[in-house]
Amino acid sequence: MGITFRKETFRNDFTFKNSPEHIRRFPFPFHEDSYMYAVNIEPHVVGPKGSVLENLIDVDEHYVAEMQDRALVLAEDPLRCQSLPHMTLAGWDLLELLMEQQALGYPEHFTLTRDGDRWRWINRPLGIDDTFTFGDVSTLPYGPMEYITRQSQGDFCILDQRDGNLWMDAGMVTTQADWSLDFDIGMNFFEWHAPVPLAHEKGIFTRALKFLTNIQQGKPARRLNWTMTINPRLDTSPENYHKWGPDRTTVTPENVGEKVHLRVELQSFWRLPRSNGIVFPIRCYLIKMDELVTQPKWARRLHRVIRDLPEELANYKGLTRYRPTLVEWLSKLDDGSPTSPGFGPD
Amino acid sequence: MSTGTTKLDVVVSDVVPVNELVTRFHFRRRDGELLPTFSGGAHVVVEMRDGGRTRLNPYSLMGSPLDTREYTISVRRDDAGRGGSLFMHRSVKPGLEMVISYPVNLFSLDLRAKKHLMLAGGIGITPFMAQTAQLAAEGGNFELHYTCRTATLGTYADVLRERYDRRVRLYHDDRDERIELDRLLSSQPLGTHLYVCGPSGMIDWVRDHAASLGWPAETVHFEHFAAPQPGAPFDVTLALSGKTIRVGEQQSLLEAIEAAGVDPPYLCRGGVCGQCETNVISHDGKFIHNDHWLSEEEHRSCGKIMPCVSRFEGRSLVLER
Repeated sequence: MGITFRKETFRNDFTFKNSPEHIRRFPFPFHEDSYMYAVNIEPHVVGPKGSVLENLIDVDEHYVAEMQDRALVLAEDPLRCQSLPHMTLAGWDLLELLMEQQALGYPEHFTLTRDGDRWRWINRPLGIDDTFTFGDVSTLPYGPMEYITRQSQGDFCILDQRDGNLWMDAGMVTTQADWSLDFDIGMNFFEWHAPVPLAHEKGIFTRALKFLTNIQQGKPARRLNWTMTINPRLDTSPENYHKWGPDRTTVTPENVGEKVHLRVELQSFWRLPRSNGIVFPIRCYLIKMDELVTQPKWARRLHRVIRDLPEELANYKGLTRYRPTLVEWLSKLDDGSPTSPGFGPD
Repeated sequence: MSTGTTKLDVVVSDVVPVNELVTRFHFRRRDGELLPTFSGGAHVVVEMRDGGRTRLNPYSLMGSPLDTREYTISVRRDDAGRGGSLFMHRSVKPGLEMVISYPVNLFSLDLRAKKHLMLAGGIGITPFMAQTAQLAAEGGNFELHYTCRTATLGTYADVLRERYDRRVRLYHDDRDERIELDRLLSSQPLGTHLYVCGPSGMIDWVRDHAASLGWPAETVHFEHFAAPQPGAPFDVTLALSGKTIRVGEQQSLLEAIEAAGVDPPYLCRGGVCGQCETNVISHDGKFIHNDHWLSEEEHRSCGKIMPCVSRFEGRSLVLER
């Protein structure tokens, strides 16, 4: 039994929504009633059936629509996908990883057959059946990273590791929370994290870098990050700020449930075997407030988290303008009763 | 945030004497599957069950990263060492089941380089065996300068010359042949990266020359393959686990900690990766720091020790383990 892929949009008429099963599997990021940064990294191992961690690379009902949205973004702005010349080998590493994981997790939708370096890749949801030579870029319609990330949900940053640092030297970034690959390309770990408030003072990036440069093959790690987005728009890039920035002025008490979305990123970190680089998939999950509050525990907890969020974080995440409206709306769903421990719904 | 590597169950598929000091070992997976892909410069940690004790020694993978049916390592017999190489030479035979770690690369190629200039000394040739195979397959530009004591001890010199011809230059100590380092480093095209693996003295010599000739530090890569040195036994108190242990003459501090049932993280076991860094709570005596991880100031301040390679002499040592 395969996934039923939804026909939906992430722009213009915004028809995106989650099915009831997908609401329950949403990776709610708050394990307690408040939020502050922590180095919340854990081993990326398979989680419970029916969760977004059931497979290490998750494919869900939004797959086809997300890939169509990515193609639209790339057609308008090809610089969302860039790979510096020394990163081609890492691109092949990523192609292997994503083909293996998608074929392993979803055999009814994806099939990978290998005969030496002669590979055949079947992607049924997107109607692709290609045979190519692994390692030979002339046998694919795009470079290896672009080819496979046009067929994989989430953004992908490939980091080169050298001089005790990580360098953002390749990526496919079209579903980002207000950052730009074109701006960050070639930067090191500290440079591209420079705008993040509070975390530098806590020494978080120094510790995180130490951890990431020691990620080992066969032992990926993960963390959750979150923000909020008005309308279910995947492409909230600085390049298109003029399109989505003004949306934040449109939130009213009447439309909070439909317009305001919690945006959660499942970030994972994998050592790439041939290039010794690190790939950093950033998988974005969206849920509108109307869907989220169908789980009373999440409604109560989100109310408390947003209400008590430090000012700097609210500013950095771009919530300032509509935070009072959102908190007021959520407060009606918070009777003050305790929430159970852990992330999941009751 | 524990780190470390996944283990691989392997069987020794072949043991091949290469010359009077070096023997090559081949490993395959016990389940018949392919081994994980790796990158040139990677090592694995081999677990040796030697009587009652477990030795964990790192060795560079020297096969082609393109062929993962088997891994190969080359072990130089060290008669004055702590016994790991002797165990490999004497006790490891084809058919023996062993456990090795996933590959870890702490001596990676910089793929931005327009040219890779490699300097090897003695058994330091092994990571370059894999790196040259990787680069040759991609049409990469490399040049290898390899010094060995004598022609018969020039491990794989013949293989390398046959594979890469004039891209390999050999130097024999017994014929007084020396790398003309100043000339070599002064005549490289822009965008060259330098790699050196060999005895400590050679690494220092090359790094010092490169620095004095203005090579940026980011273009100079090196791998120490120093094994832990034996030394006088000493006692250590592990404060967190409430244990007092004795570190034997032929044992490293890390091995003694592990033998007591405490498992600090590790990757290289050679004093370079920083994983097993341990805080010193108190001490009365002298540290023998052998690592390349802590700064000179950290060595002087006696606040930390790298138990994989460093030792202690004195009355008491209490560690935060």
